[in-house]
Amino acid sequence: MRAKEINPKIDRNEKVIFIRGLQKAFDEFEVLKGVNLDLYKGENLVVLGRSGTGKSVLIKIISGLLQADEGQVNVLGREVSKLTSKELDALRLKIGFSFQNSALYDSMTVKENLEFPLERHAKDMSVNERNELIDVVLDAVGLSQALNQMPSELSGGQRKRIGIARTLILRPDIMLYDEPTAGLDPITSIEINKLINEVQRRFNTSSIIITHDLTCARAVGDRVVMLLDGHFQRQGTFEEVFAAPDERIQAFYNYNFID
Amino acid sequence: MDLDKDKSGNVRTRRRHVTTRRLDKIFVELASVYRFIARFFKEVLFPPYEFREIIRQCYEIGVRSLPLISLTGFIIGIVFTNQSRPSLAGFGATALLPALISVAIVRAMGPLVTALIAAGRVGSNIGAELGSMRVTEQIDAMEVSATNPFKFLVVSRVLASTLMIPALTMYTTFVSLLGGYLNVHQNELTTLTTFFYQVFEAITFLDIIASSVKSVIFGFTIGMVGCYKGYNSSKGTEGVGKAANSSVVTAMFLIFIEELLIMQVINAIRAF
Repeated sequence: MRAKEINPKIDRNEKVIFIRGLQKAFDEFEVLKGVNLDLYKGENLVVLGRSGTGKSVLIKIISGLLQADEGQVNVLGREVSKLTSKELDALRLKIGFSFQNSALYDSMTVKENLEFPLERHAKDMSVNERNELIDVVLDAVGLSQALNQMPSELSGGQRKRIGIARTLILRPDIMLYDEPTAGLDPITSIEINKLINEVQRRFNTSSIIITHDLTCARAVGDRVVMLLDGHFQRQGTFEEVFAAPDERIQAFYNYNFID
Repeated sequence: MDLDKDKSGNVRTRRRHVTTRRLDKIFVELASVYRFIARFFKEVLFPPYEFREIIRQCYEIGVRSLPLISLTGFIIGIVFTNQSRPSLAGFGATALLPALISVAIVRAMGPLVTALIAAGRVGSNIGAELGSMRVTEQIDAMEVSATNPFKFLVVSRVLASTLMIPALTMYTTFVSLLGGYLNVHQNELTTLTTFFYQVFEAITFLDIIASSVKSVIFGFTIGMVGCYKGYNSSKGTEGVGKAANSSVVTAMFLIFIEELLIMQVINAIRAF
């Protein structure tokens, strides 16, 4: 797949996420050892790294699912660790989180999954407005026909799409994708990559995409950072990152990349 | 010689360390249970209320348990009556069968049998459902969409189980008495009116209150244990199985302890 053209709408003057000196350990195992990161408005930032290097931990800290041990995590101008639970909820409405396994509520239909956040956070919305919005997001992910299906009736790729649709329904400013192409066949992966770019273009979101899939990284990333040993070792465009002479980065490229 | 060496030094230290760690684990678990229960009481009082989910859970726990409860209650009524007859017949007191059945079923067997069946069916269901939701990150998904998963999942289930188990207990008691009546009618030719007259004469208002209080406590226990185990289940499919299993075992264990304690309290009140 061709490398992505950098989004011209990126506003380098506006940081939507600002992280300094982020540290996180589980028992004695240090996962993040002082991570610094900026995400600019309208940008797709890909975080690459091997499994277990703390990529998912990073976005869980950003969304407040995990707490950092040390460091500053500022999202849309708010310091996440200092927020009350109400303030955190208000911030979370501006963050969409697409989980690795989609995390669809499996006792609900697709429509009920999409209605779930609306029933709680858009109470003023009429039933017609709600249905229209559901149609819009389902259309955006190309699954209008799946409205009344149960998650168990959907394929892996369809589940990912519905998961993305559910996060889009509240019109977030930031999207966090956790391994969006994991476990998908190459063709479905390409479709998901296109969807991530489409979401960025259509909804003007800023996104962090966690992956170890280099095809995905090249296809969706305006900027790529490489997480190694708890630090970001390298950042830039896909080509710039992998032009580095660092052996570990080259090994990651050589063993994983399928052009 | 090696054994002595160990006994005098390292082994003892290690044993103490293991014991301390186990004690730590127990206290941490107790603190976690306390926080979970305290959070329930905090969340249950304040809006928003998830009425639709509570009603759905009432249906799942109450209505869906009816077939199993009906069959079990009815059979218990018949079997208990049948097994009690020879003892009473020895004294020529089979006329007291309705009173005996009434006291046994209303005071103890109705609430206990319902709670045990519900612990098996409802407790395991809640444990497995919440456990799998935890493992598949559905609970995290609720949290990041600014929905309170505790309120939606835990409060609704605990409330539903606390409301439905007393209702199921009343139903089980009635069905068991009906089973008992059929057996008594077949053997002693007692009429339905006479049977139920004797049944109600044998029990007091305190028996009914005690039975209701007991079933409310059992219902709360079943819901709370299932939710606690499921909500805090460890990652992986093994965790889901463990959550379901320990929900049943722990709930049953607690139900027997509670039965024992409540019985003592009621007997003390009765004596007073």
